[in-house]
Amino acid sequence: MKRQTRRLDRQPGEVIDRGSPLEFGWNGRSYPAYAGDTIASALAACGERVFSRSFKYHRRRGLLTASYTDPGCIVQVGDEPNVRGAHRLVTPGMDVRSQDTWPSLAFDVKAANELVGRFLPAGFYYKTFIRPRPLWPTYERVLRRFSHGGVVSPDPLSPELSSYDKRQVHPDVLVAGGGPAGMTAAVAAARAGARVMLVEEEHSLGGHLRWGDKADLAALHDLRSLLAASGVEVLTNSVVFGRYDHNHVAIVQRGLPHVYERLVKARAKTLVVSPGLIERPYVFAGNDVPGVMLSTAVRRLINLYAVKPGDRAVVLTANPQGDAAVVDLERAGVEVAHVVDARGGDDLVRVLGRGGVKGVELVGGHRIECDLVVTAVGWTAPLTLLTMAGTVAAYDSRAARYFPGTATLPDDVLPAGGVVGDGTLDELVAHADAVGREAARRAGSMSRREPAAEIPALPVDAHPELFHGPTHGIVDFSEDVSSRDLLTAVEEGYSSAELAKRYTTATMGPTQGKLESVNVVAIIAEATGRTISQTGTTTWRPPYAPVTLGALAGRHREPVRYSPMHPWHERHGAAPLVAGAWIRPDHYGDPAGEVLAVRERVGIIDVTPIGKLDLRGPDVPKLLNLLYVNRWSKLEVGRVRYGVMCAEDGVVLDDGVTGRLGDQHYLMSTTSSGAASVWEWVESWLQTEHPGWQVHVTPVTTSYASINVAGPRSRELLGRVVAEIDLTPQAFPYMHVRTGRVAGVDGCVLWRIGFTGELSFELHVPASYGLHVWETLLDSGNDLGVRAFGIEAQRILRLEKGHLIVGQDTDGLTQAFSAGLDGLIRLDKDDFVGRSELVWQAEAAAESRLVGLHPNDASVVPEEGSQLIEAGVICGRVTSSRWSPTLHRSICLAQVATEFAEPGTLVTVRLPDGRSVPATVTEHLASVDPEGARLRG
Amino acid sequence: MILIPCPWCGSRDAGEFAYGGEPTPRPDPRTATREQWRGYLYLRNNVAGWTTERWYHRMGCRRYLTVQRNTVTNEVRQP
Ligand SMILES: [Zn+2]
Repeated sequence: MKRQTRRLDRQPGEVIDRGSPLEFGWNGRSYPAYAGDTIASALAACGERVFSRSFKYHRRRGLLTASYTDPGCIVQVGDEPNVRGAHRLVTPGMDVRSQDTWPSLAFDVKAANELVGRFLPAGFYYKTFIRPRPLWPTYERVLRRFSHGGVVSPDPLSPELSSYDKRQVHPDVLVAGGGPAGMTAAVAAARAGARVMLVEEEHSLGGHLRWGDKADLAALHDLRSLLAASGVEVLTNSVVFGRYDHNHVAIVQRGLPHVYERLVKARAKTLVVSPGLIERPYVFAGNDVPGVMLSTAVRRLINLYAVKPGDRAVVLTANPQGDAAVVDLERAGVEVAHVVDARGGDDLVRVLGRGGVKGVELVGGHRIECDLVVTAVGWTAPLTLLTMAGTVAAYDSRAARYFPGTATLPDDVLPAGGVVGDGTLDELVAHADAVGREAARRAGSMSRREPAAEIPALPVDAHPELFHGPTHGIVDFSEDVSSRDLLTAVEEGYSSAELAKRYTTATMGPTQGKLESVNVVAIIAEATGRTISQTGTTTWRPPYAPVTLGALAGRHREPVRYSPMHPWHERHGAAPLVAGAWIRPDHYGDPAGEVLAVRERVGIIDVTPIGKLDLRGPDVPKLLNLLYVNRWSKLEVGRVRYGVMCAEDGVVLDDGVTGRLGDQHYLMSTTSSGAASVWEWVESWLQTEHPGWQVHVTPVTTSYASINVAGPRSRELLGRVVAEIDLTPQAFPYMHVRTGRVAGVDGCVLWRIGFTGELSFELHVPASYGLHVWETLLDSGNDLGVRAFGIEAQRILRLEKGHLIVGQDTDGLTQAFSAGLDGLIRLDKDDFVGRSELVWQAEAAAESRLVGLHPNDASVVPEEGSQLIEAGVICGRVTSSRWSPTLHRSICLAQVATEFAEPGTLVTVRLPDGRSVPATVTEHLASVDPEGARLRG
Repeated sequence: MILIPCPWCGSRDAGEFAYGGEPTPRPDPRTATREQWRGYLYLRNNVAGWTTERWYHRMGCRRYLTVQRNTVTNEVRQP
């Protein structure tokens, strides 16, 4: 096993637990670590310096920032690709591997790209692999092997991580960023009475205080105590990745037990944005060689993980944090060979060495041997959440960084900490305290009379503008884009930051601009002779941090509905059919047999999903007259009528029967799929157009279980379970409704209708008795040959009868006359929804018609959707098509152009396999019993 | 996801609502010309700025309501 040769003695702020040693695997070898180590810190403690190969040139890469954004140590952990190695904590037995290296990290064949680097200029992929066009599939295959990223396992997630999760929260104040400013603001808001949530990307709170001096650590200790007593909910290892309208804030929470990631959707009354500052890399030759690190990286390694980052260092510093890094290095026993003070105009020319730092060259050619180069040249303000909230980032050349234009921020977003300014810790804390109180006040957590908190101004420190040195180097470490590439892009005319970004792919890699965007803009500005302000920034869009598609999708939740008879269907081998939210029996193994049972004897079908609306009030007839195309004012008590609804454009919307149960009491049925939308449709007309009408609408779809009893012996069967209702044709004719007791169950509704074309009764029974009535019918009709039938049999039966299905035989453009509903539409009514368009459709004559169609070869059953073609032109389509067990032939419904709609017309059906077969338009839509003798029996 | 102020339920997530768009007055069907009728069906002002629009609180009180919304900033207020 490897040894922790670079582990330092105990550091005052270290986050590792030396009492919990563990082992994990790196490329198949065992490595020691402590609990609290990240993958990268543990490897660095064992002296590893190379963690990955770069995207384009496959150059060796080591640690740069030693934080979540570090582009150099993205690794594969088990079956999980693209893990941030400088952020993910090691666990015992973890299997970590470098990704995108072949055959190994040390010997990478693709590094040949580096040797031929002059062939990979900016826009290389666009320029090279476009022509000749026919070769693209080959290019694509080769390029894919060179593409970045790990390996996604085809297997489901590991069992201990069973799912993704979602959570909704409604904090008064949400604080994004748990450094000193965020912690202070959270405490202040909580003390003012607000419910506060604090979100921190790292594993612990405190920001830069954690790698600071004794005073910083003491301050951090105090802040943590205050926070612990404040009642603030703290999410660590979590990132706010988007701020949307009305402070809808998206957070991804990681590292939870049992769930892989959790998406937290917060609706915050006030959002405090305190992300701190991100240290910016310096662009110069060799700046990506392993051993070149930012000052924050070495301070993290030393102070948090007790890792000695090198033996002999050269430090380029332009700020107090860089100076503090020198102190930290010396304390850790690293020899600081030379400090280059950029404030005095000194500079680094290049890094010497390829696989690792061997030295640096200073201005004037002087070379110094070293194995570590540290740069501290300035800061990038991650303004993403603020720009998402509407602010425009403004560049301040005196401070060499961007600031939010606070004037454009909405009231419910407040920035705090380093994105606002600098100053002493006391000044930052005083500012954040006021921000926290004001956030609570704006969230309404304090009395309205409370005056606005006076937020003190933060000083802004001057900082030299340092973006690149005298040589060219890497600007975007994750995409391997150099400053030379940016100049090439500008020379070729891509002089706006947005265009150069897309052309070179700078800022488009895993770091998403957090490290490189300001350098990109600065280099383009210089190359085009503009200022940074004139050049503008690239747009920062959500997500700020990567989030898995699984977290966005959440748990698999798809509620389904079952009828009360579902247990019976399951016991009897029903093939399930997903119909909207319902799971319905498609058939019980023999749909043709089920059809014949209905035609010859009697069958029962579960039609519970049929939409049902209970309508009461004196104005129901007005409503029915308005919504249906036919006439309703004279419907007597005890009658039902079939109706069709259209939208205002005359397109068929829904159909169904409505019965009048009492003087002011109606039951409307809708299609199963239209149950919800028709309810909304009815409500919209009542609420917005006719608020004066007295109609009360109650959806009762699931209050009733619905059973259709169909077939020549259905009256006989029903007679055995109904006592008080006279079922004789004289007493209970076709299209009538009765209420009463069925199988001992009171409150049932029966109507005589005939979707199947047979004598049939539809029962609506109180849902909890559905199964009882169903089983009673089957038990009572054994000798009659009663049989359950499913949706498929019903489809065949209704097709034999020529009854249309809205949405199958009509589509979103089918006006009522094209649906063959001429006999129903009453244009002599003063008004109904869709009337105007239907008047004009009648005047112009419908362009297409629904017709019955019989393929001349009775054995050919065209697929639904097959086109009808005449003289090379599409003249229609088959909308429904089945083999008819009753007629022993294929039967269809079709929409055809009106000139082909005459009975007897021969049309050509183009089958999906390319064959063309002749078919003849039939006289009626119905193929079975067009006169309707059976259903009226 | 914006918040819609429902007069019955209070401010609720727009996901609870169905969007009804700009309400357009229904012309008298007995006298409307085709142009008027199709204007009612299809033509909307679609302004960048304050609009009046209808929302249906589908997952709440099931009432249709009218809301003013600034289509540029998504500011929302009760009319
Ligand atoms: Zn409501």
